[in-house]
This record gives sequence, structure tokens and C-alpha cells, in this order.
Amino acid sequence: MLNSLGREIPEYIEGIGKLEPFQGALTKLRKGWMDEPTIPAPNKAYLPHQSKLCKTLEEAIVRSNPHNGMTVSFHHHLRNGDILLVQTLTILHNMGIREITLASSSLNECHDPILPYLKDGTVTRIFSSGIRSQLGHAIALGVLDTPVVIHSHGGRVRSIHTGKIQIDLAVIPASAADCEGNATGSHGKSAFGSIGYAVIDARYAKQVIVVTDNLVDFPCIPLSISQNFIDHVVLVDSIGDASKIATGTTRITNSPMDLRIAKLAADVIEHSGFFVPGFAFQVGAGGASLAVAKFIREKMKTKGLKGSFMLGGITSYCVDMLNDGLFETIFDVQSFDAVVSNSLLNNRRHIEIPAALYANPFNCGCITNKIDVVVLGALEIDVDFNVNVITGSEGKIRGASGGHSDTASGAKLTVVVCPSFRGRIPIIKKRVHTIVTPGETVHVLVTERGICVNPAFKELEDNLRRAGLNIKEIHDLEIEVDKITGIPAPLEYTDKIVGIVEYRDGTIIDVIHQLKEK
Amino acid sequence: MLYIPGNNPAMIQQGGVYGADSILLDLEDAVALNQKDAARALVRNMIKVTDFYDAEVCVRVNHLSTPFGLADLEEIVPLQPSAIRYPKTESPEEVADLLTIIEKIEDRHGLPHNKMTLHAMIETAMGVQNVFNIASKFARVDAITIGGQDLTADMNIIYTSDGAGIDFARKRIVMAAKASHIDVIDTVFPDVNDEEGLRKETEYAKKIGFTGKAVINPRQIDVIHEVYTPTEEEIRKAYRIVKEFRANSAAGIGVFAIDGKMIDAPIVARAEYLLRLANVKVV
Repeated sequence: MLNSLGREIPEYIEGIGKLEPFQGALTKLRKGWMDEPTIPAPNKAYLPHQSKLCKTLEEAIVRSNPHNGMTVSFHHHLRNGDILLVQTLTILHNMGIREITLASSSLNECHDPILPYLKDGTVTRIFSSGIRSQLGHAIALGVLDTPVVIHSHGGRVRSIHTGKIQIDLAVIPASAADCEGNATGSHGKSAFGSIGYAVIDARYAKQVIVVTDNLVDFPCIPLSISQNFIDHVVLVDSIGDASKIATGTTRITNSPMDLRIAKLAADVIEHSGFFVPGFAFQVGAGGASLAVAKFIREKMKTKGLKGSFMLGGITSYCVDMLNDGLFETIFDVQSFDAVVSNSLLNNRRHIEIPAALYANPFNCGCITNKIDVVVLGALEIDVDFNVNVITGSEGKIRGASGGHSDTASGAKLTVVVCPSFRGRIPIIKKRVHTIVTPGETVHVLVTERGICVNPAFKELEDNLRRAGLNIKEIHDLEIEVDKITGIPAPLEYTDKIVGIVEYRDGTIIDVIHQLKEK
Repeated sequence: MLYIPGNNPAMIQQGGVYGADSILLDLEDAVALNQKDAARALVRNMIKVTDFYDAEVCVRVNHLSTPFGLADLEEIVPLQPSAIRYPKTESPEEVADLLTIIEKIEDRHGLPHNKMTLHAMIETAMGVQNVFNIASKFARVDAITIGGQDLTADMNIIYTSDGAGIDFARKRIVMAAKASHIDVIDTVFPDVNDEEGLRKETEYAKKIGFTGKAVINPRQIDVIHEVYTPTEEEIRKAYRIVKEFRANSAAGIGVFAIDGKMIDAPIVARAEYLLRLANVKVV
């Protein structure tokens, strides 16, 4: 069957179930409720003064009823410094547990060591918002029989509510925790800031293990994760490589190209009609996206304009803008450097939020619904403004859906920033390899060679033209870039589906086919 | 004016996207001796196929005293970029010899002598001493520039951030350009991470009469544009001066006052120049 973007979606996939095709960004939300039933969260009982402390992670896992076919979840707040996901799966592997469903909120390069477990049947299914490196390559080549499911951050919460992801065991690293499992990421030697993605795991997993390298006296404050959901607590020497978890401050890029694109994007925002007192703003943490914040900060200071809140993955640059008085509040679901952890701990206007409040589409209002302007990156964008942030030009899975479609859906102005080509590969395509974010939620593309406005937003285009910005029709820019780079030969795929991309409402926006090995 | 090494295809390809008024493809100091031939071929081919958008394209060739200068001219002149930039120009005789060679090449290719211009770089003490004759004697020389690093080397002094060693040269070169009614471009600011230093030096260059400044990194372009772009207040004031001047002239009044300040011909001329820079027409 075809979804509304013309992508062929199977009606049923073994190991996944029946699929519902994407129908439009807001179609399902217009009903006002979610059709799928919500499964109950487990209710457990502990005796007074019963100890939750385990001597080792292995002991805690043994106590958690490990079994074949179980689903194990993790958060990705430790980014590329995480060691516990690999340790946990190795323990389960050594116990002979098989057919595990891995439900990590994202997967990074540091998780490459689990590749043998995908090959030997220890792990047979994966749900995640992002997959990269060797795992992404192997999955694209078909290492798993069952397709991986790529979801958004908000969509993951929905999947847990509906039971699409039923977590048997959640392993939650924390930089500080007490003996009852009250836990946080906001202080300790391995501080990583917000622990927002793990809150839903703690609430819904049948068994929850908090792992910390910093066992503090009861109570651990703040109670980012609270004890009433925690079964076991483990003190370990290290939860990860601190140098890769969060250090210092996030620096703005020095790349002239990223800065050029960022400046143009800031000009777009300034003249869009949405750069007004009280505006709400989200930017990504790297490259041109973060650099937009630098230029917006200067423009806000020049104009004496004050915004309402910043949202999302938070960097020290966002904290600086809060401290400058340029924004009233930060809502932080994920933090990117040590300065952010300090701010989260000490500034009451810097608020830690769970993924559900951040971006779950099925509740009475996630905060992404209140964004005015979001700046997002792209691996590819097509002439219908559909964006791919999951598969690379070589066909490997190498990115993350993350909050891309969540924030694009909510924002009044979604600005996609990317160079018009990378290496010799054009970024603007007639048709992207994989759609993650539908073009109807993308307002404008900013590249170094021109700015393209989605024709559905005529008033925005008029505003930008009046400001004298270099507006080009996206088909023209595509042709211009193709003249520079040439048109790459198409990739070759088999009929086997190795990944499905869920839109935030649970419908299927695209599938990823197995890459033919060369 | 953005310097781009002539042996870097990626940088050349992206040269036009940064908003520089002018791109300088460099075959001279930015290119190692063993890369000269390859750079020349690369620049030749890239000029043919690259869209630099609204930026003028200039090529800095090697000096004719080197083994590369003549070969550079043979390859580049037929392409007729906006300008050839000639390094270490020291005398009008040298310019005359250069123009003779250029025009011979143009003749062989059936090209006019009045399309491509010449930028003379003043980078030696002798060049500074002869700068007026270099700037004023040739219709094809439409800009002169100062090369701060080479000049201080020639003077056996150290280039300092306050520009003390080249201050006399800067002002002499500016005066020669003004007297010849041609453009004059300031030297590069070498520390790409010192935005404040760049801003201060550019403000100084503007104050003493330079019409632009060269940059070695695209990150420096915006600062220079900010310094050189007239403010809205300046444009409004200039607009009012020119408009009232025209009205008073029509009424036969030569000198008049705005807000109690006398407006005469030099002030009007400056206002007209500013409006030209801002691309504003008085209606």
C-alpha cells in the first residue's frame, strides 16, 4: 500500500505486525485522542526497608527475571561515552539469553561491540531513534531478519504507552543515585544533565535497574527519576567515559561554510514574521544549527528582543542566552555539556523535562507544540521538502530521527540548514532515500547557495523576498547543484526491508531496503 | 576581496557563496613552488566552469621575474577575469612592460585591451616610493593594494597588530589612489580568530580612505561588510542632504543649512558617494 507521500509500505511485517501508512502530519491528531489502547504500567510492591542494592550489575540482572525474547531498554544521555549497554548485553549473552529486543532511545558508535550479538541471535529486534557506525552499516546490509524500527523521541513514548515496545528490563545509568533508586544526571563526576528520555522507561518497565558511579546519601536530589519505579540499584566504578559524556562548553563551529549557512538562517528567522517578543526557539547541538543561535543571540541583543523559552537538546550556548536574560526558561530533555548540568542543578528557570512532555503527540500538549522557530539539520532533502536524517548517501543507516519530526511538526517555522552538497554528493534530491520528516512540516531550506521556501507558505516567502534575501525555487537549486556535482548513480537495493521509519503518530512514513553489498 | 589558494579546488568552488565582493584566486604566495603548474591549470579550468555569482574574479599571478609569471599570464589572460593582480609592483616601467605582454596575448586571442583591468600590489619600499606614478599613468590600473606582510619583510621590520610599521605606506598609497581616482584595498588581517582586532583595523582602514579590505578567511567577510556598510541613519542623512541640495540648486541657492549646519559642495559630494555605496537613488 502507498502512504500519502507515495512510499510503498507493506501491510504486515513478521516480527513487527500490522502497519498503518502515514496519512499526514496532523491527520491522526485531529481526532483529539489516540485510537490505540494504552497498556497499564506495572504496579509493584516492596516491603518496608527492603534493600534494593545489588553488588554487581550481573546480580541485578539475575534478580530481574532475564529470559529469552525479553525487551531491554536504555537511554542515550551518556552519548558516545556509554559503556553500560554493551556490558548489559554481554552479561545477558553470557547467560545464554537470546532473541532480545533492544529498545535504546538511541545507538551510537560506542555500541558497535554488540554487533556480534546481532549476528548470533542474542539481539534480534531493535527499536531506536538513531543508529550509526558499524551497527548502521550491518543493519543496512541485512544482519537482522526483522526490520529495525526507527522512531522519534516523542514517538518512542507513544510506542511504550501502546505496548508496541513492552520493556522487560530498563537499565538506567545515573550520575548520582541513592539506595532507593532516586536518581539524576545533574551532578556527580559523570554528570550528563537531563535524564528526560529514561523517565518513561522507569515508569513502564517490568524491572528497572539504576546504575550509578556515585551513590549518595538518601535522598538523591533532584528526584529526576523517583524511587517508586526502581527495583534495583547498583554502584559501579564507572558508568562511562566521562570525556565522551559531557565536558566543558559546546563551541560554536569555526567552519566558514557552517557559519555562512547559519547567518543566512538567522536572517531568515529575523525576517520570517516569527522573530517577535516571546518567541520560543530550538536549535540543534552541532554545526550550522548551533551556530544559528550565535547570530540569533546577536540579533536579539541588538533589537532588545526577549524570547519565551528554549527547548530540546541544550548546550552551554543556550544556558548563556538564559543567563543573558534573552529567554525566560529552558526546557531540557537532553543536555550536551558540563555547564548545562550545573545550570540544570542550580537555576530554577532551567527545567528538566521527560520525553513525554517534550514531544509525545498523544497527550494534552507536548512542549514541541509551542515552538515558534526550530532549526534542524538534514542528510538529504527533496524537492517536496521531505527530509532524511537517517540514511546516508551510501545507503547506510547513519543518523537519528531524534526529535526532528516532533519539533518540525510543532514549530510555526521549521528551518532546515545544510550545505547544498557534501563532498561530491548533492543534498537536494528529487526524492530522498528515506523520509523521516514530511515536507509539509518544513517551511524553509537554507543552504550556502540560496534559500528555498516551501511553496505552501507564500506569506513567508513574501516576507523573505521583501527583506532582500536570496530566494530560489528548490527545483532550480537542485539543478544548479547537480551541475556542480553531477547526479550520483542510484544505490542498489534488494526487496528485503531492513528498517521501518515510524512517524511520531505511529504510522509508517517510509521503509529502508537492504543495501546490495558491493 | 577573498583570497583563495589557487591549488584548492574545494575552496575555489565555494568561493562565490560567502558574499565577498571579489574573489582573488592566488597563484603566487599561497601556492608552493612544486604546485605552481597544477594550480595554474586548476584555476584556468575552474574559472571556466565555476559560478562565482555576483563576485568579481581576479587572479594574482606570479611576478614576471619568476619562472612562473609569463606562463600564468599566457593561461589566465585569455580567460579575461575581472582583473589581474600583479605582486610586488615597484615602478611604472614595470607596469608598462606587463601591459605590453598582456596586450600581446590579448591580440593573439582577438581580445580587447579595455575589458580586464590590473590591480597593482604595493609590497616593497620602492613600490611605496613610486606608487603615484604606478596608480596614475595607466588607464587599466583601476586599483592598488598594499601587501602588509611582504612590505614589512622588505623593510626589515616586524609586522605588528597596531600596523605602526606600515602606517606611512598605507596613507601614501591611499593618497596616490585618491589622486588617481581609483580603488585602494587594504592588506589582510592575519589573525582569523581575532574578530575585534579585524573590526578595529578595518575601521581604521576605512577612516584613512581605503575602499575595501582583503581577507584570508570567509569568516572575516561579514565584519568588513558591517564596517563599510553605511548605517540607516547615515543613509537617511545623506538622502536628505542630496534632496535638499537639488531643491536649493533649482532655486538658485548654492549654500544652505540643515539643522543649523552649513551644507556645501564637499558635503554633498560625500553624501552622493554614500548613497551610491548604499545603492539608494534620490527621488
